[in-house]
Amino acid sequence: MRSVAVVGASLAGLSAARALRAQGYDGRLVIVGEETHRPYDRPPLSKEFLSGRTAESELLLEADGEDLGAQWLLGARAVGLDRADRAVRLADGRTVRADGIVLATGAAARTLQGGHGLGGVHVLRTLDDARALRADLARGGQLVVIGGGFIGAEVASTAHELGLDVTVVEAAPTPLAGPLGTAMGELVSALHADHGVRLLCGVGVQALSGSRGRVTAVLLEDGRSLPADTVVAGVGARPCVEWLEGSGVALDNGVRCDAAGATNIPGVVAVGDCAAWYDPAVGAHRRVEHWTGARERPAAAVTALLSGGAAVPEPPRPPYFWSDQYGVRIQFAGHAAGADSVTIEEGAADDRSFLAVYRQADRPVAVLGVNRTRPFMRWRRQLAAPAGQRIGAP
Amino acid sequence: MMIPACPLADLPRGEAFRLQTDPPVAVFHTEDGEVYAIDDTCTHQDASLADGWLEGCEVECPLHASKFDLRTGGVDAPPARLSVRTHQVLVEDGMIYVKLSDAPPNLPPSCAAARLGGIAATGGVA
Ligand SMILES: Cc1cc2nc3c(=O)[nH]c(=O)nc-3n(C[C@H](O)[C@H](O)[C@H](O)COP(=O)(O)OP(=O)(O)OC[C@H]3O[C@@H](n4cnc5c(N)ncnc54)[C@H](O)[C@@H]3O)c2cc1C
Ligand code: FES
Repeated sequence: MRSVAVVGASLAGLSAARALRAQGYDGRLVIVGEETHRPYDRPPLSKEFLSGRTAESELLLEADGEDLGAQWLLGARAVGLDRADRAVRLADGRTVRADGIVLATGAAARTLQGGHGLGGVHVLRTLDDARALRADLARGGQLVVIGGGFIGAEVASTAHELGLDVTVVEAAPTPLAGPLGTAMGELVSALHADHGVRLLCGVGVQALSGSRGRVTAVLLEDGRSLPADTVVAGVGARPCVEWLEGSGVALDNGVRCDAAGATNIPGVVAVGDCAAWYDPAVGAHRRVEHWTGARERPAAAVTALLSGGAAVPEPPRPPYFWSDQYGVRIQFAGHAAGADSVTIEEGAADDRSFLAVYRQADRPVAVLGVNRTRPFMRWRRQLAAPAGQRIGAP
Repeated sequence: MMIPACPLADLPRGEAFRLQTDPPVAVFHTEDGEVYAIDDTCTHQDASLADGWLEGCEVECPLHASKFDLRTGGVDAPPARLSVRTHQVLVEDGMIYVKLSDAPPNLPPSCAAARLGGIAATGGVA
């Protein structure tokens, strides 16, 4: 392999480029990214960066002086992939041909239908989004967050810290039920009420109203109207894979990959939020939208790419993510979906400090830590141990 | 200054011990039998590296998974950008001693602020 193109210049793309060099690849390396920024860290965008505690320079993911010997094409959007000669077509008409291609185009924030064009209405995915939202939050007043997922909850927490009056609207009966299950979703989203942030569940948004081009209220399906100076839609993300449609790369809620990131096209792998890897633990393809997956899995995909699929990389660790809300550390590892029970094994829900273990037929499949960093890490290691070596409790 | 940390026999391989100095120090006993000491506080945010994931000569922060080389303190994986301070270790008569470094520590911003009497560090870790 003499040339590799990485498409997407964020955490997964940078991690793939680093893994290529770390695994001895010394050929040509081209990194294509739509944003004009050098790779930066997204989690602080809803937390310390949004609150103003972290400066932009602290978001950079590259080390000072780091040189991967790569050609960076920033501000360049990929619009197509020709599988026959493995060429990436860019919006500006250029073409990048390579022996190997790493797809790392991540995900984009879903937008509200009908919310277009009104000032004060935001999504949060990019640094530019965060700058714009930060400026609007500085105006103070009332914030309505649509969506009680992790990003919505973090924005609510940060805005509350900044002194805004915050309401969170969630269409589902319980926020976070998908990633955490109903019982734990309810416990974790109780943090809003603890801090005087209103949480309205089981009600959808009908429309936004505005005056002079700026949002003034959020109208709910049950007829209520919530006054709003600023609105944030935290309604999920979709994988950035439209540009691959018709290329022959198999897509299915993201790029469909095997358990090491290989796509159906030889010489093409996919990593990070845009990729749905086969997960043997659940027997299905899953798109994991967490920081740690985008950081770690590229090493396995690069091993597969460089060996032409001959090497079998170590299986990835169970999915792990964290969220910081209201000064509380939430950590989760594993898969909640298949669990048939969840029990609090340490601490107490009322203290907002506990560790909960999810089990499927008595086998631990996931763990949730709320302000329990140390035991959480032990459990996380335990979940990552090969099945035969697991014991009941760490 | 040499500080007695704990008897080697009390620190099994693969485990870590937190020395309650100011700032605290983490002492690691690797699977290979080496003993290393670094500042306990991650340089990214306020997390205890003694609670981290020890593998070989590397510790992974329990929070956002930055990795530090125990031998040099260097950052092997982001999001941390600054290396963690290392301390000299001596094992004598079955006792682990730590010689605290004179170099300035790379404490995370929230901790540094707390130390300067500013805002309290967030997130009380159990
Ligand atoms: C506000 C926020 C807070 C978060 N907080 C947490 C957290 O607390 N914990 C956690 O575990 N995870 C968190 N995450 C998730 C984590 O940041 C993502 O999992 C991670 O960024 C995924 O990295 P990635 O490189 O796969 O994708 P992305 O970071 O989405 O990057 C993809 C890059 O590809 C570029 N791109 C897209 N299409 C094209 C194209 N056609 N051509 C060229 N370039 C293209 C994009 O512009 C982008 O720069 C958070 C995410 C956000 C947005
Ligand atoms: S606190 Fe250690 S990596 Fe963030």
